[in-house]
Amino acid sequence: MSIVQIKDLDLYYGEFHALKNVSMNINEKSITAFIGPSGCGKSTLLRTLNRMNDMIDSVKISGAVSINGTNIYNPTVNVELLRKEIGMVFQQPNPFPKSIYENVAYGPKIHGIRNKKELDEIVENSLRGAALWDEVKDDLKKSAYGLSGGQQQRLCIARALAINPRILLMDEPTSALDPISTLKIEELIQELKEDYTIIIVTHNMQQAARVSDQTAFFLNGEVIEFSDTSMLFSNPSEKKTEDYITGRFG
Amino acid sequence: MVNQNMYIGGILMLANRQQFDSELQQLRQVLIDMGDLVKIAILESVNSLKECDLELAKKVIDSDKEVNKLEEKVDDIGSRLIATQQPVASDLRRILIAFKMAADLERMADLAVDIAKVTVRNGKQQFIKPLVDIPRMAEVVQLMTNDSITAYIEENVDLSYKMAKMDDEVDQLHSEILRELFVMMADDPKNVNQVLNLCFVSRYLERMADHATNIGESVVYLVKGTRPDLN
Repeated sequence: MSIVQIKDLDLYYGEFHALKNVSMNINEKSITAFIGPSGCGKSTLLRTLNRMNDMIDSVKISGAVSINGTNIYNPTVNVELLRKEIGMVFQQPNPFPKSIYENVAYGPKIHGIRNKKELDEIVENSLRGAALWDEVKDDLKKSAYGLSGGQQQRLCIARALAINPRILLMDEPTSALDPISTLKIEELIQELKEDYTIIIVTHNMQQAARVSDQTAFFLNGEVIEFSDTSMLFSNPSEKKTEDYITGRFG
Repeated sequence: MVNQNMYIGGILMLANRQQFDSELQQLRQVLIDMGDLVKIAILESVNSLKECDLELAKKVIDSDKEVNKLEEKVDDIGSRLIATQQPVASDLRRILIAFKMAADLERMADLAVDIAKVTVRNGKQQFIKPLVDIPRMAEVVQLMTNDSITAYIEENVDLSYKMAKMDDEVDQLHSEILRELFVMMADDPKNVNQVLNLCFVSRYLERMADHATNIGESVVYLVKGTRPDLN
């Protein structure tokens, strides 16, 4: 069943036509990868899904993006509530300059949870969900900055999980990490699929091939091909996809 | 293989993988060399049998080492490319079929050796019957082998299908030959040795045709990405 429906989406940054007539459906509790060369529109589309592009003045958007059947560009949509449904993890781990505990508890607190016991539970569950609990359970009061890059990124995932989203957006979540941390995050992504819908932008094509169920290949703001990952990487139907994934350009 | 700069969607796309492409090219050349050796081995093994030419038979047996070496070379290049280049899509298929084709060609060369060994075992004895059907079958097998290798070189799907159709003729000749030989064995038990040897030769040729058909399947898989059943 699709949780995200994108229909005839066009996006302009000023004069620049960044997304061209994009339509796609993303299945619930699946992992979808967006791949393509720099500037192809994959991160722009990701940011369209939680209305992060609203923060850029020159953006013009037409078409529809529905999440759970609601067009999120409808003026009556509460953007804060929308973003509670959709967590995001960025390329550089960006923990707050606070303790490990406070990083995870921050979101739930903003959303009104004050009960210490309840917060403790959320922090533990989120850290477990991000496969970090065993490594930090005795150091919850210590600064998040003391963690390694890979741990910081898992902390950011825990922070995103703490507000109980349905969708997780990941913008190149491992490009700043070493190979072992990268594999840990990839394994985690697979586990998170049980409960969340995950959309990941990656420059690492092997990563897309390893972790995702479906892959969309973007070029110049267009979706060239969107299909099952195994099919796209073994027998793509478009010549441009083939040339890109085989490294013949890009 | 794309090995030049080109424009896609108005963007200049650079040919990034010249090293990889040249190694894929090398892999292809090894397979073509293997194909040439196998074609010669089949031709000479059948000639050695027809002419009772023991020298030629020994040459076929000796030349098998070279084919085995080339198969190892295909394995080495292919596994190195997988380990270092992370091939996908048609690049990956190209390497996968190289392994399969090398195995098929190596088996064909072994079968040619088996025929040459029959020549050696038979020595200078005259055959119990003039060899007619076996050379005919060998001709079809040689044609199939040539076509399968040409289909690979040209990445020619149509030729693969056309070649595979000839396998029916080989199978038919094989059963006719067996039937005839069994009758001869029943007529005179003294014939048993030669009859068995000739049955084996027919069987070896029939297997060669199957390997040629496998190569045709590999070519279709390379070009189309789907697995046909040509057998």
